[in-house]
Order: sequence, then structure tokens, then C-alpha cells
Amino acid sequence: MYIKFIIIAFAVFALSRAFIRYKNEEIRFREFFIWGVFWLLVVSASLYPKTTDIIAKYLGVERGADLFVYLSIIILYFIVFKVLLHLKKIDREITDVVRKIALQISDKEDNGSHEKKK
Amino acid sequence: MKVAAVVPAFNEEKTINHVVHTLLSAVDVVVVVDDGSRDNTAKKAENSGAIVLRHFLNRGQGAALFTGIRYALNSGHDIVVTFDADGQHDEKDIEKIIAPILENRVDVVLGSRFLEKKNSIPVLRRAVLAMAILFTRMTTGLKITDTHNGFRAFSADALEKIQIRQDKMAHASEILEEISKKKLRYCEIGVTVRYTDYSRKKGQKASQSFKILWDLFLGKMSK
Repeated sequence: MYIKFIIIAFAVFALSRAFIRYKNEEIRFREFFIWGVFWLLVVSASLYPKTTDIIAKYLGVERGADLFVYLSIIILYFIVFKVLLHLKKIDREITDVVRKIALQISDKEDNGSHEKKK
Repeated sequence: MKVAAVVPAFNEEKTINHVVHTLLSAVDVVVVVDDGSRDNTAKKAENSGAIVLRHFLNRGQGAALFTGIRYALNSGHDIVVTFDADGQHDEKDIEKIIAPILENRVDVVLGSRFLEKKNSIPVLRRAVLAMAILFTRMTTGLKITDTHNGFRAFSADALEKIQIRQDKMAHASEILEEISKKKLRYCEIGVTVRYTDYSRKKGQKASQSFKILWDLFLGKMSK
């Protein structure tokens, strides 16, 4: 039973955060609305878990809770993959910076030695 | 024709001196890219007469190689030879490896340790390379006898076309892919490879092949 309270308390907390961010004009109304719908769904699913079974059965999964776990794993895989690609991109950018600095320093040294020769 | 040798180096203070000295007898300029070494690699290379570029962070062999290549191209060199810093290659092969480019027969020359009969290659290394060669033939269609050999020669024109995005060891596979994709003329030349205890310790482990495949996969996905 406690899990219900934890989920609802977290949903209320998340909603209040979203509301504050909307108030401070950090997010638009549309984003606030989407978050609102999402957390309300979470709350209703935790209050009436049986309703999720209907959607689950429709998709060929026995229980709503199982569907939730399956979906979570798929989404997590997707996010991890996205993060890996993003890391790869950042890696490349770091290399670009390191390379640029290495070449710039050598350029300066080259000019310096020319001047010395003159 | 101005020839530059590019030597990526990471913690190679034991061998870099000798490598730079011997290379200077064969090429116009030796460019050592110190890839964030924690030892005296840069200083030793500089004292031996090399031009030293420094990566202030370790970015991997591929990244270091292409920093050196960029420098060689910017300073107007016509041919770039890539050479390992651990002393496994023989500078006497340089004449041989740049000859096909000087004669304008090819754009890229790849060193092959299997075309040189004198080489004795450890069994495990041979087995891993056989798999890598098969993989390369399948993915690029290049009929080559060796892969991931750091001894190569490129014409400046070819290098302007080759784009390398892999910072780590996978760059060697990427170079071959680029040769195939940009339809560059290439050939292989047998080169001596000395497997010393030092070079074997510094060299790639068999288990790294999975890392290379993974890097190649991620590289493809993030284009």
C-alpha cells in the first residue's frame, strides 16, 4: 500500500515543480500540459491499477504492471543509446578542441622561430 | 617532393629517441604528436630533432595521427608516412613504401607484415589479424593481406579526401573504408615488423577487437 503513497507524493511533487517552471516561464503551457496529463495518468494508474490491465490485455500483455515494466525497459534502452551517441559527439568535439590547440601552439612556435632567424 | 613522417606517441620515452633519430635519415620532417603522455616523450622527441605537437588530453591514436597529418598538410608536405612510436617498424622500408606514390602509381601505400617473409608473427596475433582481415574484406571489398598496421604512406591529395572520425584504434579500419569509398588507388608493400617484448606490451590486445567493432558501430550510427 505504501507504494501508492510514494508514487502519488512524487507525482504531486513533480507536478508542483512543473507548475513553478511554467510560472517562471521556463517551459511553455503545452509542455506543462503534457507533464500534467502524464503525472495524472500515473496517479490514476496507481489508484486504480486494474484499469491499466485493460490496455495491457489489448496489447497482449497479462497485467498492466508488466506492461509498465516492458515499456520502461524499452524506453531506458532507447535513452542509453541516445546518451552513448551524444557522448560520441562530445568526444569528437573535445578532440577537435585539443587538435586546434595543438596546431595553434605549433603555429605560434613556428612564427617565433622565424622571427628569431630574422 | 617533401616527405613528412607522422608518429603518434603516448608514453613512449623509452623508444621515441631512437625512432626519431632513425626516421630523420629517411624523411624531411618528423612530426611527433604527444598524445597527453605523462612521461618525457615530448621533451625527448624535441631534443631528437622532431617537431612536437601536444595533445593536452589523451585522445587516442587515431586523433593523434590526424593532428600530425593536418600539420604536415598545412606545412605543404607532398607525402605523409605514418609510423609507430614503439620501434616495431624499420625506417629502411620508407624508401620502398613511398616509391609507388613518387611514381604516381597509387595514392595510398599500406604496409603489410604478411607480405614480408622475414617476419615472425605470434600465433594469437596472427589469428586475430586473420579475423580482422576477413572483416575488412567483407565490409570494404579491399583485397588486402594486413590491417591495423600503422606503417602507411599517403599522397597529400589522398589525405585531403580521407575523413577520419574515429579517435581510438578503430581509425585503422576507417582509413580502409575511406580508401574504398573515395575510390583511392592503393597497393600493399611488405614491411618488417619487429615484435619485441616492449612493442607487444604496448600493442593492441586481442580483446580490443570487440571494442573496435563497437566503436565502428557507434560511429556509423552517429553520422
